[in-house]
Amino acid sequence: MARVEFVSVSRRGLRGGLRRLCEFTANTVIYLWLAVKFVAALLTGRKVAPLIFKLAARNLFHDRLRFAATITGIVFSMVLVTVQMGLFVSFRTMVATMIDHAPADLWIMPLGTKCFEDPALLDERERFRALSVPGVAEAAPVLVSFAQWHIPSGGTTPVLLIGSDRNALGLQPWNIVEGNLHDLSIPDAVAVDRSYFERLGTSGLGDTVEIRDLKAKIRLVTQGIRSFTTTPFVFTQLDRARSYAAISANKATYLLVRLQAGADPETVRTHLNQSLAKAEALTPDAFRSRSRSFWLFGTGAGAALFAGALLGMIVGIVIVAQTLYASTKEFSNEFATLRAIGSSSRYIYAVIIFQALLSAAIGFGVAAATGMVIVKATADSALPVLIPEPLMVGLFLLTVAMCVVSAIAAIIHVMRTDPAVVFTR
Amino acid sequence: MSDPVVEATDVVKFLGHGAGRVQALRGVSLALNGGELVLLMGPSGSGKTTLLSVLGCMLSPNMGSVRVCGQSTAGLAPEQLTQLRRHHIGFVFQSYHLFPTLTAMDNVRLALDVRGDYSRRVIERAKEALATVGLSHKTRSYPLELSSGEQQRVAIARAIIGDATAILADEPTAALDSENGHAVMSVLASIARQGTRGVLVVTHDPRILPFADRIIHIEDGRIVRKAGNGGASVPERTIS
Repeated sequence: MARVEFVSVSRRGLRGGLRRLCEFTANTVIYLWLAVKFVAALLTGRKVAPLIFKLAARNLFHDRLRFAATITGIVFSMVLVTVQMGLFVSFRTMVATMIDHAPADLWIMPLGTKCFEDPALLDERERFRALSVPGVAEAAPVLVSFAQWHIPSGGTTPVLLIGSDRNALGLQPWNIVEGNLHDLSIPDAVAVDRSYFERLGTSGLGDTVEIRDLKAKIRLVTQGIRSFTTTPFVFTQLDRARSYAAISANKATYLLVRLQAGADPETVRTHLNQSLAKAEALTPDAFRSRSRSFWLFGTGAGAALFAGALLGMIVGIVIVAQTLYASTKEFSNEFATLRAIGSSSRYIYAVIIFQALLSAAIGFGVAAATGMVIVKATADSALPVLIPEPLMVGLFLLTVAMCVVSAIAAIIHVMRTDPAVVFTR
Repeated sequence: MSDPVVEATDVVKFLGHGAGRVQALRGVSLALNGGELVLLMGPSGSGKTTLLSVLGCMLSPNMGSVRVCGQSTAGLAPEQLTQLRRHHIGFVFQSYHLFPTLTAMDNVRLALDVRGDYSRRVIERAKEALATVGLSHKTRSYPLELSSGEQQRVAIARAIIGDATAILADEPTAALDSENGHAVMSVLASIARQGTRGVLVVTHDPRILPFADRIIHIEDGRIVRKAGNGGASVPERTIS
């Protein structure tokens, strides 16, 4: 009985939801149509611009110092949010960059691997087990391991070795700016990123260096393959990587699996997980998601970035709310007059909201320009700030929402104003 | 004289709460007819402004009734009262309450703008209203560029542009010198003489008595005397 009732309520709720959705859509279409008609009438001179815009703009610009304070508040707030979110996007991208560039259908890794940089090892027997699973065409070992790089001028620095055979399934460097990928087959050849030259104490292509007392020669230079951990990536052949990291020849960190044509990745993955002893298989998406989850939320880094963004938003809301409230209070006689001469609540809301939107548009414009400068300035840093277009659109909407929310206090103040005060002021 | 444009019957109004609660109006009845200019006089605290607020639909009476253009305000929601005010009542305030950031033209236009009238005709109507108050040459001036008298005349233009049937003016000449006060009252009187609008002026200013068709005296929240402009007291019910 209860179940029948539940279904009935759910259907009613669904119908109500659909009705509201239809009403909302219809209203939106009507308002858009009216707005288009109004703009057309304005452009053709049949209508005059409503004074709402003029009132809002003049209220806002009337006190230039306060207006500057508002815009500064919005800009600081939005730059903070932009940088935090840009770092979040960058961080999210960087933690998965190796996974993105590996041509694997599936990844096999030691059980419990949290992220790409987790240097646990697989035994080669796992490779043979994987190759015996139907649907697996190839399983290429990749070694990821820390090693000590000897700085020519003295001292050492840790590097993260990426060892992979140079074949179609290997994890090879990209964005090559000097040298040729074939050169990585030369004995002792390593590839490093240009941005790490200073850190590694090298002048670049052709330099001979030492990794764990073994000779290595920089034969390939890349640009933009950076690790957010600030530990430089060093690409080399699989066997050389094993030597540099002092790892036995039958060990690897990952197996990159290529599937036979027509094989279903999920089915093969299930079979692999049944066959593998101390390893597990993940799709690239699942591995990417696990890596991101670990770095962003397991370490608290993502939470810190979000907290920074949230703080920025709160600061922004408080500043804009305070300024709008002060402006509204200063013009409370005018708002009371508007109410006295018969303006609807909607008209007054519109004036205040338009003030908020105007602040948002100007503040966001300055914040976006500042954000672009930061993007350029951090492009070559360990963690560049990335602001893709969808993030930019999202930040604009966030600014608008922030300013509109900020207008609530001002609106409440105005709506509490008794229009009869116009007789006593 | 035509039918009352605003009519109050036995209006009682309390203001404040608790121990501070006072009875501002104690059974006031009056009617403002189209085509007349009525002065409402009385000492400070007599209830003039409260009565103006009640007649202007800004305050609702606790008892009694108010009718604007024949429509009772009883039971109307605030937005409905606002609508009534928007369409039938024009206000003129002692401090003008013009928008300092808008020109005279825009200040006048505002009364139509709040009605959602954005047709090109509003420009012509605003010019006409400003011409009516003798300010056709000041359309682009901001309030701070106008004299006090001119500002008050702009406020009158704003009150009449929407074809309000009742013009309620609160001490319109209090801040003006004789000359400007005379000019403002002349404008209000000419508006009343057009026949369709009634003008109610709250005042302390004896200089404007000659403009009145009727004078109503209020004290302690009660109408104590109603008189024609000759000064003879007239029984309350027959005058209204």
